[in-house]
Amino acid sequence: MKKWQKNWGIALVSVLLAVSMSGCGKSDDAAPALANKSEKSIKDMDKIVVGIGSDAFPFGYVDTADKKTKGFDLDIAAAIVKDILGADDKIEYKDVNGKTRIPMLKNGDIDIIVKTMTITEDRKKEVDFSDPYFSAGQSLLVPKGSAIKGIDDLKGKKVIAVKGTRDGKTIEEKSPDAIVSEYENLGEAFTALTTGKGDVLTTDNAILMGLALENPGYELVGGVIDDQPWGIAVRKGDKEMLDAVNASLKKLKETGEYDKIYEKWLKQKPE
Amino acid sequence: MLDFSILIDHKKEFLAGFLTTLEVSLLALVLSVILGIVLAVMKISPLKMLKGLATAYIEFIQNTPLLIQIFFFYFGLPAVGIQLNPFISGTIGLAVYSSAYIAEAIRAGIQAVSHGQVEAGRASGLTYLQTMQHIILPQAIKVVIPPLGNQFLNLVMGSAILGSISGKDLMYYGDIIASDTFVVFDVYIFVALFYLILTVPLSLFIHHLERKLSASD
Repeated sequence: MKKWQKNWGIALVSVLLAVSMSGCGKSDDAAPALANKSEKSIKDMDKIVVGIGSDAFPFGYVDTADKKTKGFDLDIAAAIVKDILGADDKIEYKDVNGKTRIPMLKNGDIDIIVKTMTITEDRKKEVDFSDPYFSAGQSLLVPKGSAIKGIDDLKGKKVIAVKGTRDGKTIEEKSPDAIVSEYENLGEAFTALTTGKGDVLTTDNAILMGLALENPGYELVGGVIDDQPWGIAVRKGDKEMLDAVNASLKKLKETGEYDKIYEKWLKQKPE
Repeated sequence: MLDFSILIDHKKEFLAGFLTTLEVSLLALVLSVILGIVLAVMKISPLKMLKGLATAYIEFIQNTPLLIQIFFFYFGLPAVGIQLNPFISGTIGLAVYSSAYIAEAIRAGIQAVSHGQVEAGRASGLTYLQTMQHIILPQAIKVVIPPLGNQFLNLVMGSAILGSISGKDLMYYGDIIASDTFVVFDVYIFVALFYLILTVPLSLFIHHLERKLSASD
């Protein structure tokens, strides 16, 4: 299986090479990112190709009004690329999903991944991660005006969780006096919250933020219970790109640009 | 080989789930029999309106999924200000669902008793309800026991639907333990064994009843 994947990857890269070579005879600049990476510095790149998602509102999703993909991840990527290359138009987005993003990064289809990607030890073996760009993790959603302000207020409260996740277990461990009820899926769990079957819904904050944006009567409280930050992935060993991304990310946070993007999409201030 | 350590580690959950399943099943069973008898008598009643009501109820319940009926009681009723917990919603939902099938079984049993008996009862001065109570139902019960027994077993197994509205029955804890331990197959085998503890005695009791009643002929 591994060998097959490797051969497939090589085949794909050679096809890409052939296609891009045959496309232009006069300039070397059009060679794919993978090929020119070692010869040229990042600043000289024509563009940076960013792998983004379109299935996670409001991080990367297709706006039904104009059919364009937009979101928090895309704006972060745009700001970083603008900082690295010094221009607005040197970015190209490519739609990836959880399965395709790492293979596409490895074979040079994309240069960085900005797609709701949790930094894990397993993934660190395949790619290099930037500093966290989003503080993801389990959080709490309550109706606005609820007395619950955080994990310490759950004593005797009915907590709604989704089956098949560890969210319910985490609450039971951290707040043993909470009454946890688990539902089949997120839709039923949220219905349980809206119909008064429980006091608080718990799962990943990214999901809860999406729910809160679509249902203005609800808000997140208490920050993240267990930190599982997202990072921007670059090719393993591509230190130049990694340093450039980290430097830009740092600059975005210092100048307040990051906070602006955060508030634009998530309608709240970063914690 | 089954991983019995899971059964021991989670015996509290399995036991709590088993008790909930037992309670819901028993309560729903009693309620559904009462409701089923009322519906059956309505359905064969000479009054057109009662008959129509019972027919509409039975058709509606038999032709919609149990899960949706349970969702109606649990998620739907809060819209009109009625807040039921999973246990009550589940019990009512199961009783309503089963009662339609039980009503049909009882109706078939009643109609198996010769119509001449009703006429004889009415001719001797009994009211319609008295005729039912003293003459028809005691005879119908023998015909009704086998299909009724099947409905009872269906009800016990159908109670597994409670888990999907977070009613803490066997199935609910089965789901939770399976997703905690990642030992899916063994956990559901244990769950099935607990259901057998309920259904096998029930099944034996029904067979016993059948034999006893047929001996009294």
